[in-house]
Amino acid sequence: MSKAISVEHLSYSYPGVDDTPGVAVFEDISLTVEDGSFVAVLGSNGCGKSTLAKQFNAILLPCGGKVYICGMDTSDEERLIAVRRSVGMVFQNPDNQIVANVVEEDVAFGPENLGVASPVIRQRVDNALRQVGMYEYREHAPHLLSGGQKQRVAIAGIIAMEPKCIVLDEPTAMLDPQGRKEVMDTILALNAQKGITVVLITHHMDEAAMAQRVVVLSNGRIAADGTPAEVFSQVDLLHSIRLASPETVELCYELNRKGFSLPLDKLSVEECAQALYDAIKA
Amino acid sequence: MLKDITLGQYFPGNSPIHRLDPRTKLIWLIGYIVALFTAGNWASYLVVFLFLAFVVALSTIPLKSILTGLKPLVFILIFTGVLNVFFTTGEKPLIAFGVIRIYREGIIRAVFMMARIFMLICGTFLLTYTTSPISLTDGLESLLSPLKKLRLPVHELSMMMCIALRFIPTLIEETDKIMSAQKARGADFESGKLMQRVKALIPILVPLFISAFRRADELATAMECRCYQGGDGRTKMKLLRYKLLDFKAFLLLVVLICAVILLRVFGL
Ligand SMILES: Nc1ncnc2c1ncn2[C@@H]1O[C@H](COP(=O)(O)OP(=O)(O)OP(=O)(O)O)[C@@H](O)[C@H]1O
Ligand SMILES: [Mg+2]
Repeated sequence: MSKAISVEHLSYSYPGVDDTPGVAVFEDISLTVEDGSFVAVLGSNGCGKSTLAKQFNAILLPCGGKVYICGMDTSDEERLIAVRRSVGMVFQNPDNQIVANVVEEDVAFGPENLGVASPVIRQRVDNALRQVGMYEYREHAPHLLSGGQKQRVAIAGIIAMEPKCIVLDEPTAMLDPQGRKEVMDTILALNAQKGITVVLITHHMDEAAMAQRVVVLSNGRIAADGTPAEVFSQVDLLHSIRLASPETVELCYELNRKGFSLPLDKLSVEECAQALYDAIKA
Repeated sequence: MLKDITLGQYFPGNSPIHRLDPRTKLIWLIGYIVALFTAGNWASYLVVFLFLAFVVALSTIPLKSILTGLKPLVFILIFTGVLNVFFTTGEKPLIAFGVIRIYREGIIRAVFMMARIFMLICGTFLLTYTTSPISLTDGLESLLSPLKKLRLPVHELSMMMCIALRFIPTLIEETDKIMSAQKARGADFESGKLMQRVKALIPILVPLFISAFRRADELATAMECRCYQGGDGRTKMKLLRYKLLDFKAFLLLVVLICAVILLRVFGL
């Protein structure tokens, strides 16, 4: 399998203003994301998740080391547009990433920038809006939509550029449970049906549990990396970096401290209930 | 309360006027203004008025909404009328009262001027009522595009207009939120002298500006992520194209201007 994103010995620090020293975020971090995979990135506030995401899109450039997107070096200025059309970014606040005042015009913004011919844009916009389930709203004004709908419009705007990879930086942070579910369903469908590589930055453990792989960042280093079951069973490690496992695992963990011996890799409620049932019966 | 403000009001619809190309409507407005200012006698004003009435009827926009839109401008209308009545001199005063002399010419001129301004405003309103802001900016960009050769940033200007229109409702909502937050902390915007009220606005404006700058920063990053590189090499999803309807409209415009000129030349 080829690598959609590959980070090699990346170091980065934000430049300081005037005489103040800069803020070092990463010193030496390496990470690869396989084509077509769904990776969740976790970490406490300020550990550098957003900074890492911005490296994937050449918004920030490495101070040392290299970042390759589909084999292209992000610091190569001639490849800038090629990199940005391969990796689409969705940010936390949907209000601040919608450009036009009609839904379909906004979705068309990306392809228009790429110089795509207008009948093709029309097609891409319609397809993208159908994919996120916002086709009926194509002529609405964005400010009259709900948060979840706005975020899906933002995702459609990225899909219309036909990227290989989508990076989402806390896309559900400002949404209610209904909006979160809408957005998560959309992301899962994109990954499963269109084979788009997804990197999801999140603070919600239950969202991370839906991914194929979870990467935990702490102090600019990778603290844990593996399948959700592997990562979330390391409850002590997660607690030490101010994170928590999903509630099901936390429940088993607490019960284990009271003398039970339950497995720590049961992420879904059903599995957890089954494990509890088995333990009590035995 | 601030949500009630609607800027650049647009009444969605599917009338022939709505379906016209925005460029046609912009050119029409210019031609219409030319006709209006060429008109010099009763007959030509009547012709222009009939055209206006025809377009209003076609647009299916209720007369009431056009008239309510005019309300804030009644003062200007009356002011122009009064000014013309008092300051036009003629041969024989109708009324002479101290220094005030009112002539027949003055009254006629006042009526003409008021009619002219009234029809001017109605025409402009019709444009914004029947054209969505985005197609209006598209039309402007396309009409002004020859100026790009003179290095005028036409694309950038229309992009700015478009983004401003997009963010007006967002910022209004935000102002509402900030005002509520300040009221909850005991701020008072409704009473006090003028100076006090102006001062009370500062705690609203400061957070509003800070948040607007933050939004601008985030929006710029998001636009860069979506490969925005200015107007060069950019395409459009909706291409503007003149249709049969537009040619009919242009024909009508030529008829209007010719009629007004003829009436003026022959002084009918
Ligand atoms: N523009 C900037 N200039 C200087 N320092 C910055 C800048 N942006 C972020 N930082 C610092 O870099 C570090 C990493 O920030 P980053 O935004 O990547 O964290 P994060 O993991 O996304 O946090 P959160 O969960 O709150 O989104 C933080 O210590 C932050 O203070
Ligand atoms: Mg962040």
